[in-house]
Amino acid sequence: MSRTQFDAVLAVPVDQDRDHIQGQADAPVTLVEYGDYECPYCGAAYPIVTELQDRMGERLRFVFRNFPITTSHPHAEQAAEAAEAAAAQGRFWEMHDHLYENQRRLGDQDLYAYAEELGLDVELFEKELAGHVHAPRVREDFMSGVRSGVNGTPSFYVNGTRHDDSYDLETLLAALERAAAA
Amino acid sequence: MTNTTVDDRPVPLPPGTEAPEFQLPSTPDQMVSLAEFRGQPVILAFYPEDWSPVCSDQLALYQELLPEFKKFNAELVGISVDGIWSHLAFARDRNLHFPLLADFEPKGEVARTYQVYRATEGTSERALYVIDADGVVRWSYVSPVGINPGADGILRALESLVESGS
Repeated sequence: MSRTQFDAVLAVPVDQDRDHIQGQADAPVTLVEYGDYECPYCGAAYPIVTELQDRMGERLRFVFRNFPITTSHPHAEQAAEAAEAAAAQGRFWEMHDHLYENQRRLGDQDLYAYAEELGLDVELFEKELAGHVHAPRVREDFMSGVRSGVNGTPSFYVNGTRHDDSYDLETLLAALERAAAA
Repeated sequence: MTNTTVDDRPVPLPPGTEAPEFQLPSTPDQMVSLAEFRGQPVILAFYPEDWSPVCSDQLALYQELLPEFKKFNAELVGISVDGIWSHLAFARDRNLHFPLLADFEPKGEVARTYQVYRATEGTSERALYVIDADGVVRWSYVSPVGINPGADGILRALESLVESGS
């Protein structure tokens, strides 16, 4: 078959132990985002996701995976590693929010400052960033995205299937509600 | 997403076809020919135009994946009808470190040979070919032109080359 279109479904299922997750495991809908901290479209999607979480409450589980496109976004990889370094200290989501709320300030000194604001062990944080301790994890996320058909950021998956429509609030909310009702 | 929709996408050369030879400029004084890749897999990424938004996302993604392609000893080349100076500026601006070939004169000739030329627009389709070490097409795909096809299909094709031992 020369015109095969592979099903765009999550190649690596959500893992409660490995993934960064907000919401309950038994929520009827899981939204997975592959995102890049420096990507302006992901920045635009960030408040939309927050709004979706507000509106759907406990019916929604949200998962974020890294998909830094360093070719276009020179700070994206380090920012992703910073989020993972924060995760290693149990503070992934706080750092995630900080990064999206300060998308234009993602230099190393900015990242250290955010770590400080969050009350992280900054020395450890800096050491892990310098040593790229979390690079393999970020790459693992990235490749799981590639194998799931991620072709740009942000890419969303609703209950495991790629959302091939607009990600404005109304469209995404409708897709989530449909999935919840299914 | 399964592709069952009826649309006007052309059918590319099917697997098993001997890939048509070509020679195109990659810089003002360098030519790249398909024959140079004999002995290793090569990925041909036809794309409509330099600078258009979807193209750059797609090629940026492939740039990220060069190390993965290298694991299969595969080379990647981009091909569009843009001229060489546009390619050079585009590659520099977008940080692309693989050859972009200019299918510029006669315009779109290679795209035509590979059955992925869009005569109305005067550009090529967004099409992917994976060609094996013997110069035979092993996978081909034409994406809806506004949609970035991603890279999973390429990786699957490269994996199946390894499995079939070629």
